[in-house]
This record gives sequence, C-alpha cells and structure tokens, in this order.
Amino acid sequence: MDPTLEQKQWMYRQMLVSRLFEERVEQIYLEGKTPVFNMANGPIPGEMHLSNGQEPCAVGVCAHLNAEDIVTATHRPHHQAIAKGVDLKKMAAEIFGKATGLSGGRGGHMHLFDANVNFSCSGIVGQGLGPAVGAALSRKMQKKSGVAVSFLGEGAANQGAFHESLNLAAVWNLPVIFVIEDNAWGISVAKETATAVKHNATRAAAYDMPGVYVPGNDPDAIFTAAGEAIQRARAGGGPSLLDIETYRLAGHFMGDAEAYRPEGEKEGLLKKDPILGYESALLASGNLSESENAEIKDSAKRAVDEAIEFARESQFSNPESALEHVFA
Amino acid sequence: MAAKERKLTVARAMAEAMSQEMRADEQVFVMGEDVGPLGGVFGNTRGLYEEFGKERVRDTPISETAFMGAAVGAAADGMRPIVELMFVDFFGVCFDAIYNLMAKNTYFSGGNINVPAVIMTSTGGGYSDGGQHSQCLYGTFAHLPGMKVVVPSNAFDAKGMLTAAIRDNSPVIYMFHKGLQGMGWLGTEAGATVNVPEEQYTVEIGKAATVSEGHDVTIVSLGMGVHHSLRAAALLQEKGVSAEVVDLRALVPLDRDHIFESVKKTGRLVVVDEDYQSYGVSGEVIASVVERDISILKAAPQRVAYPDIPIPFAHHMEQWALPNAEKIVSACLEVTHSDG
Repeated sequence: MDPTLEQKQWMYRQMLVSRLFEERVEQIYLEGKTPVFNMANGPIPGEMHLSNGQEPCAVGVCAHLNAEDIVTATHRPHHQAIAKGVDLKKMAAEIFGKATGLSGGRGGHMHLFDANVNFSCSGIVGQGLGPAVGAALSRKMQKKSGVAVSFLGEGAANQGAFHESLNLAAVWNLPVIFVIEDNAWGISVAKETATAVKHNATRAAAYDMPGVYVPGNDPDAIFTAAGEAIQRARAGGGPSLLDIETYRLAGHFMGDAEAYRPEGEKEGLLKKDPILGYESALLASGNLSESENAEIKDSAKRAVDEAIEFARESQFSNPESALEHVFA
Repeated sequence: MAAKERKLTVARAMAEAMSQEMRADEQVFVMGEDVGPLGGVFGNTRGLYEEFGKERVRDTPISETAFMGAAVGAAADGMRPIVELMFVDFFGVCFDAIYNLMAKNTYFSGGNINVPAVIMTSTGGGYSDGGQHSQCLYGTFAHLPGMKVVVPSNAFDAKGMLTAAIRDNSPVIYMFHKGLQGMGWLGTEAGATVNVPEEQYTVEIGKAATVSEGHDVTIVSLGMGVHHSLRAAALLQEKGVSAEVVDLRALVPLDRDHIFESVKKTGRLVVVDEDYQSYGVSGEVIASVVERDISILKAAPQRVAYPDIPIPFAHHMEQWALPNAEKIVSACLEVTHSDG
C-alpha cells in the first residue's frame, strides 16, 4: 500500500505545520526564560516536550485516519495532534493557557483533548493504551466504525500497561493499533540499557498479533505499514503493533542539556532531518513541483502564524474558572 | 398502601440495579474479574451473564491496569461501563487509570469529554483476610478530585445509589462493604438486608440520611459503621443518652449541611470510620463542622476510626483495632460527660 501523490503532499504539509509550529513554540517558550532559565516563567510556562524529528510517525499513521477514529497520544503530542486534525488555534491557545484553548487552560501541552476529532493525551508514560483498547471495545460493542490508535514511546513498552493492553486487545480481538515511536532515548536512558529486545516489534508475538518494525523514519514506509495494520483492524482482523524507528532532534524537554548523547549523535541526526529528506525525495521523484512546494510551505506557515497569533491575542480566563469542569 | 415487603441482600440489590439499567440502556455493560458466569466473587453480578451474555458481562483477564484504562476509553466514547475492582486494596495496580485519567479527563477537556464510568469495589475487613484484602480506603478515593464516592450501608441505598451512579455522567466510585453483602461464605450484618422496591429508583448522590434521631450527640458514620452506630445508640438509650445517627451515604459530594444541622441540634459529634484515622473521612467530617461554627459544639469531637496501622491478620488483633459499638458508646459518653 503506497501513498498517492495527494497523500504524500498531505503528509509533507502536516509535517511542515508541526515543525513550524514547534519552532514558534520553541522561540516563544524562551521568552522570559533568559538570561536565567526558569520553567515557570514566560508566556508558555511548564515542561515542553518537542516532537521535532518524529513527525513521520504521526503523519504516516494519521494519513489513514478519519475524524471518527480515536487517537490517544503521549506527553510529546504536538505532531500527533496536528496529524489527527486537532484545531491548531485552540491547541496553540491551550499551550499558552488561554481561555480560548481546547480546555480553557486546564490541560496544557501534555493534556490536549479535542472531542471533535477523538483526540486525547496522557502525560503518564504508557497510560494511553488502556483507553485506546476501551475506545476500540466501544466501537465493536456499538457496531460503529472506527479504529483506535495509541501512540507511545519505546520506553512505554516496558510498562505493565503495555503488556496488559496488548493482551486485552488480542483476547477481545479489538480494532486497535499500538504505535511505538522508538526515538532510542527514555529521557537520558538509552533504549539498549532499558529494553531486553532489540526491536519492540518482536514483543507482538507474545500476544499473537502482527508486529512490524519500520526502520528509517520514512513517511512512505510508515504509511505502508500503518495502512496494512489499520485496514486489518477495520476489517475485524484485530490489533497490531507498529514499531517505528525515529529520532528526537531536540532534548527530552526544553532545558535538557542532552549531555547523555554520544558525541556527534545530534549532528548526525540533524543531517538526517526527515522533513528535508522527504522534501528532496518528493522533488526528485516528481511528486512535488517547486511551485507546489512553495505553496505548501506558504500555507503551512500561514496556518501556524494564525494559530500563534490567535493564542497570543486571546485572553486569560478568570482564575476562579479553575473550579469549573471538575465534574460533568 | 404499603408495598409488599421484599427483603434483598445488598448483593442482590446491586445486581437488580444493574440488570434494570442494562435493559433500559444498551450502552451499559459490566466488566471485571469473575463477573461473568461466576456472578462476581461477592455475588453482585449474579444472573447478569445469563440475561445479557458475554458481550455485556465481560470477564476480564487479571489486568486491572488495562481494563480500568479501557473503561476510561469506552466511557469517553459513549459507553457506560460498570467496572469491578474486586477488592479496593487492588487499586495500587490500576490507580493511574483511575485518578489520572478517569478523574481528570473531563477537567482536562474543559468539560468536552465525559467519563460516565462506575467502579464498584469491595471494602472492609473483620474476617481475618489480612492487610491486603481488608481495607476501606474511603479517604484515599474521596481525597482526589473528579470522582464521586458513595458507600451504601443497606440494600435500599445500594440499589438506588447504583442506579444513580450508572446514570451519572461523572465517574462514580461505588464502595460496598463485604460484611453487608449477604454472601453465603461470610457473615452479614442483618440490618443491611432490607425492603427493596422492585421498580427502578435513585438515591441522590450527595445526600446524607439521619437513620436514628436523638438530641444529645450526633454519631456520623458510613457503611458498616452505621450498623455499629445504631447498636451503640440503642445501648446509649439504656444509659439515658439520646444519640442521633447520620449515615453519610456519599463522601463526594459530602453533605456538610446535613452533618452541621445535626451537630447544631445535639452540640456533640462522634465520627465512626473503618478507614485509617489520619488524613481521612473522620477529620474531614469534624472540619466541616468546626470551620463553619465552632460555637455550636459543647465538647471536643471524638473519633472512632481504624488506627494508623496495617490491618493485622490474627482475629484478636484485628477485632481489637476495628470500630465497634462499645467503642462508640465510650466516645459518646466522653463527649456527653456522662459516666454512664
């Protein structure tokens, strides 16, 4: 299953939106945090986990999803949210803590919820898998269409929740796809020192489901693997595990000195920037003309500019509104 | 016209509430360990599997983390799961899904996503099941925002509060005491098995009830403690002390007004709680009176709660630590300055 030209250009554009969005967030995040870095200061306070480098995983999977499909995302959710179609303006405003944000500032960047596209996050590693299994169960019981996708990092595959959820999805034969974005690092701990298997895909065998390792951080390869898994789930064939090799081009969070990386690793990764690579490939293969490229870049930039401007200009809510929405 | 008496155990009242709601609402389903053909370790899902089948009455693997998380995802997607956490003591293996997801997702979504799940879980000891199968943990759940918490003391409330819990759009933790349940393999408090109407009804979550009126001292309790308190009130009557017994019924929301009005009348307060004493229900009940108006109190409040120790196995040690009518009588005599 190969992406069509239209799908390739969609993936390229969504990756660009995600990257441009995060570049703006990164820039604004540092406002008020220099010369002395204090996470509590500036227009975007708190932890900030950037996903740049990992965009192919999100677009390759979400290219197959509709609004009705469910995604549970992680503490590093921007690329996944953007690929799933979360409202970019409301998402930006949420990251700024504004009244116009997805939850009016109650969630923040690790807790993005958009009911219109069935998107949710948890900041706790590995804890989005159970909800994805439950959403898939809901669709099966209600005989409604739709699949659930749970994104996780490779570190989450060592959580009990991973193993329990894969088993439950398998015994109940549910339409759910578990997508590991293996960026090789759990904060500062290298995967090979934390994970007993070379590739987490092999763990799928323990639950009698397909497990596919996708090397190369390549949108097209991810699209193909995800397409097969999602098609299988839609056809009632049950759950799958995708294990995608990817790279985190930034630190775990902003402020991370990344001293744990071996010398030269970061420079090497930056040279392998998947968006630049995909752009070159699309241009070389004739799937993207120079004028189309300019148009896509321009439209991506406009979308990001509008979202950031919306967030900047939005008001804060009354602090007392923190008391609202504790219960339904 | 009095309806025909029909006494049910708490277990049967719970099963009836679920079966009636499942008939009325296709989105309601039950999952948990041994809830299927076995009918629940505590008998509260008996008959459901036979009526509704394996799709809607789901035996799960012993994977609380996964199925509690699944309840969150299913509830957010339009279902109304009732999930059994067999013993509340098992919360440690699935608490993230409960307090970080189930309790917070509505807030994190700014009210755009509801999580209408019910967790029914057994509490309480007194039968030498050791320190990992005997706790109440009322305060643990009630402390964390975003979940309603109910604790029925009898079969009438058990049915009405479970029906209300299933219909509620917020997550509800439904904590039933094993000693009230009416199981063949464990003694049952006789006062818990009461007349239960056949038709559906709800008991509003967040309303306490005065179960015995008095004017000298207010005894506030919940679950099994209500029955100890009623026995204590009868003993106190013989000593010339008139005790009022308030059954909290819900911890979240807590009916602070009801507590306050009763204490305002009696001027004295004793709180009875089978959960650990410190940082819990008993302290909160006292605070809800003293922070509002300390002048209504004629004596310092007392509490009869579980000491801050893990629950011991040996019968004599456990019984020594548990609240009972005699301890409540002593506390009431203390606050009424009566030597009995």
